[in-house]
Amino acid sequence: MQINNLVKHYPNVKAVNGIDITLNRGICFGLLGPNGAGKTTTVEILEGINQATSGEILYKGEPLGDTFRKEAGIMFQSTALQDFITVHETLKMFADFYPVKADLDELIRRCNLTEYLDQDNRQLSGGQRQRLLLAIALVNDPDIIFLDEPTTGLDPQARRNFWDLINDIKAEGKTVVLTTHYMDEAYTLCDEIAIMDHGKIIAQGTPKALLKANFNDVILQLPDTEVMDLEHLPFTLHKREGHVEITTSDVNEAVALLIENNISLSQLQIRSRTLDDLFLELTGKELRA
Amino acid sequence: MLFKRFLALLHTRNKEFIRDRSSLGWNIMMPVLIVAGFAFAFSGDIGSQFKVGVIHQSEATDASNTFLALKHIDFYPVDNQQRAVTKVQRHQVDLLLDAKNQQYWVNTESPAGYLVEKILVSGDGTNNFQRQTVSGKQIRYLDWVVPGILSMNMMFSALFGVGFVIVRYRKNGMLKRLKATPITAFEYLSAQVVSRMILIMIVTAFVFYSTHLFVDFTMHGSHLSLFLVFALGALSMISLGLVVAARITSEETAGGLLNLFSWPMMFFSGVWFSLEGTAPAMQMVAEVFPLTHVTAAARSIMIDGAGLVDVSYHLLVLTGQSIVFLLFGSWFFKWD
Repeated sequence: MQINNLVKHYPNVKAVNGIDITLNRGICFGLLGPNGAGKTTTVEILEGINQATSGEILYKGEPLGDTFRKEAGIMFQSTALQDFITVHETLKMFADFYPVKADLDELIRRCNLTEYLDQDNRQLSGGQRQRLLLAIALVNDPDIIFLDEPTTGLDPQARRNFWDLINDIKAEGKTVVLTTHYMDEAYTLCDEIAIMDHGKIIAQGTPKALLKANFNDVILQLPDTEVMDLEHLPFTLHKREGHVEITTSDVNEAVALLIENNISLSQLQIRSRTLDDLFLELTGKELRA
Repeated sequence: MLFKRFLALLHTRNKEFIRDRSSLGWNIMMPVLIVAGFAFAFSGDIGSQFKVGVIHQSEATDASNTFLALKHIDFYPVDNQQRAVTKVQRHQVDLLLDAKNQQYWVNTESPAGYLVEKILVSGDGTNNFQRQTVSGKQIRYLDWVVPGILSMNMMFSALFGVGFVIVRYRKNGMLKRLKATPITAFEYLSAQVVSRMILIMIVTAFVFYSTHLFVDFTMHGSHLSLFLVFALGALSMISLGLVVAARITSEETAGGLLNLFSWPMMFFSGVWFSLEGTAPAMQMVAEVFPLTHVTAAARSIMIDGAGLVDVSYHLLVLTGQSIVFLLFGSWFFKWD
């Protein structure tokens, strides 16, 4: 999929302001950004359910059309399902919309829905519901799959299970477009990410390359009880909840300086930079789930 | 492929409605309860006062005036003689008097008509009133109101069952999800219309025949003709529901708009009372309502035994309204 100079203007708002993306076959592409950055509008345009003000989107070299709608699988963040209809009936209905369909039994097994087939959609838990929505997105055996914040609201175990499902999909060579607020999710699943803010892409590349390009330092964390002792030292300090962070490009020198000043290292933690840091660095905003 | 997608939507929507027991139960029980209520309310003697229609009252002869001066008889002026004679046939009026020409019409099968005739003739003494006889089975209010109740129930089911549901699906994102599939708006709306039509016709037939088991209302016409009238009426009102639901995203707004259509139709389409004698403006407004035409056509078939040709005007109006509403609703429709 090729996106060229995509623009979407609403009255008084430039939601998407000229973005270019190339989605190569078989990659998992993550679109990240704070609320209001324009990522949902962008994804909806890519999904073909919202119209761009200008720009070009090509799928397999052609503008979005019937072929795309038949070959794309879409999982919205919040989709209501019909009441009084069972899981199996829902899957069957969506499967009947498409000329090519996945093996339903295999899909049900893979998404772990076997136990819930005769259950009314209204009675599904959050995790079961997300797995059903994923199964619906896969019902046409799509070449490209859009997943919009698929694990929001799930417990850690359900999230990990969901990641396994997405990894299975990737392993089949399908292209995945993922939007998420969870940086660990993006880091684990995505081959390439783009960070959006104010309708523009402000960084794009593989997670590791982006971290390497933006950071050459590490973070030292100490309890905030040590703040008074640290303030006179030549460190850049960031106060976080319950601890203080020291950013340094030379760990050895920093630790030596701490020892020299009799700072207790019993609760010292050293960590590498993460996508969370990159995100905050670039957007200056805290993530909101 | 198109038909398969249509069938998939149709089957699912039908299952959804049938399994929603409270909604289904209400759709069936409401008209049954209303008919039963009217049957009970009008089962006794309504009153002993006689009702006499009077033509040319201002030019009444002395003999007529003597009769018109009697107490405990409700005299009312009549402009349309033919229509008044029909009311005598239906026992809605006990006697019709032409006060100028000393002529009267009485139903030979009406006990009340017999008594009023005796009063008229004995009061005159000269016995020079010219007698015209008509015959016909009594049309009770119950017989008159049943076609309207069936039509009205259909209207509520059509407007709220389609309009409200589409708005709810739009609001909760279900339509947006369908938009992302190869389903077209035409396929989706067709499935909604056909699903609701099937359900309305089954429910209406059930209500009609089950109510008929314990309430003896009149049905002189063809059941097939009545079925066709109701089918066309359902189509026109479902299409009106599509127009209302074409773009609205709020259930509250949809509810308000649907009430805006349904309440005036319920009161001013001739369901509960005849529009004869009402203000011309009200009659003109009533002409616009699909419910007016369904009720009038159904009433003609059930009470007068009219055929499809006799009610062709109403059928034409309903067909025209269905086409206009469907085209406009489809053109105006938005998924999200």
